[in-house]
Amino acid sequence: MDESGERPVDRRGFIKGSAVGAAAFAAPGKMMNERTEEAEVHDADAHEHTHGHGHGHDHDHDHQDVPSDIALRVRALESVLIEKEMVDPAALDEIVDNFENRIGPQNGARVVARAWVDPGFRDRLLADGTSAIGELDYLGGQGEHMKVVANTDSVHNLIVCTLCSCYPWPTLGLPPVWYKSSAYRARAVIEPREVLREFGLDLPEDVEVRVWDSTAEIRYLVLPQRPPGTADMTEEELAELVTRDSMVGVARVASPS
Amino acid sequence: MNTIHDMGGMDGFGAIEPEENEPVFHHRWEGRVFALTRAVGRWGRGRNWPGFRFTLESIPPDEYLRMSYYERWFHMMTSRLLGSDLITDTELETGYADPGAATPEMLPASRSGSLGFGLLDLDVPARFGPGDRVRARNLHPRGHTRQPRYVRGRVGQIAEDFGVYALQDSDAAGQQPGDRPQHVYSVRFEARELWGDRAGAGDSVYVDLWEDYLEPA
Repeated sequence: MDESGERPVDRRGFIKGSAVGAAAFAAPGKMMNERTEEAEVHDADAHEHTHGHGHGHDHDHDHQDVPSDIALRVRALESVLIEKEMVDPAALDEIVDNFENRIGPQNGARVVARAWVDPGFRDRLLADGTSAIGELDYLGGQGEHMKVVANTDSVHNLIVCTLCSCYPWPTLGLPPVWYKSSAYRARAVIEPREVLREFGLDLPEDVEVRVWDSTAEIRYLVLPQRPPGTADMTEEELAELVTRDSMVGVARVASPS
Repeated sequence: MNTIHDMGGMDGFGAIEPEENEPVFHHRWEGRVFALTRAVGRWGRGRNWPGFRFTLESIPPDEYLRMSYYERWFHMMTSRLLGSDLITDTELETGYADPGAATPEMLPASRSGSLGFGLLDLDVPARFGPGDRVRARNLHPRGHTRQPRYVRGRVGQIAEDFGVYALQDSDAAGQQPGDRPQHVYSVRFEARELWGDRAGAGDSVYVDLWEDYLEPA
């Protein structure tokens, strides 16, 4: 059930009933740990605005549809954090907007297209991914340290994070559900060829498969091969061809149709 | 900790199911969880929040598998906020701030600080160099670790030295007694060293491993 569920019931009753689960998960006490900030949230400050705190309580009751349990619990949490002035709703909107509209695989595609047309950039990209991607200004949270691995006629690279879902956000955006799925995380390292076949890529035996498990702070990007039939295309046109899947390594870039 | 998040090499999860034209967030609440997690991060300063991944990995395995990705994030965030008294159970139940609750105060970063997650400009000697044969130590810590189970005891070769990073491992309570800055290496394992005949003869798996996880082979 999603938040556009159907039964017209008082949402507050749902919040009350559904929050037990969240409370039950709470840590039993304060854990002693010096770690205070996460890479995942390190740039939250950059999104913090300095709007006045004149906003009122956000407890509108105009929706008659009953949201899902989790949607209600999230809404309750957001309401409390806004009311306590711990978060700025405009900053939340901006974070969502950035990841829905600005940070995505179109960025990585520009890196790939540049590498295809500029051999010097390609060399720098493969030698020091972080600094070359920095030239295009696509570094940032979950993409501070980048390694780019090139597919060739004899080597095919595949990116995974078996322990969680590490993924180069500034160049590829947030990962798709399949990348975060148990099946992909479990299988990519032990049977990459079967995984690739499911994506429609049947690699010859003599192509070496290299799987990169992102277990530390380095994030990976695959530089796919430039497809045939693209000799006359501009960098911008080439970027249009490059898909997210090709930069994770589960697909090739197709020739223009 | 040896639990379900460490999935590499497991069978039984079935087919991978890509979705055509997948949205960034499937429901509005997912985007709110993502944004809230980032926005509340600064409230963790000076509050000894357990690590992001430690908290996710501490979810009991059956619960972990039942939850979606952003449900786990929601759990992680509420655990931290409740655990450091920034919100109360009642507030989370009702969606209203408790008039009796103290106004949350922004704290300065912990005095001892942390070296964080990024590459460090520290002069730490490297025990290994490219080409060296190494064995992943047979470690089974009760806390957070970035050494996946499937490499333990296996022999590989240093492919690259990525420089110095703080070790992210914690103890069973999520504590990190010290940063222990050290080199992180890309280690190449032949696929058959890890998976036997099931793997392709020429294939390989590269895993990023902190120096403490390795011994000479």
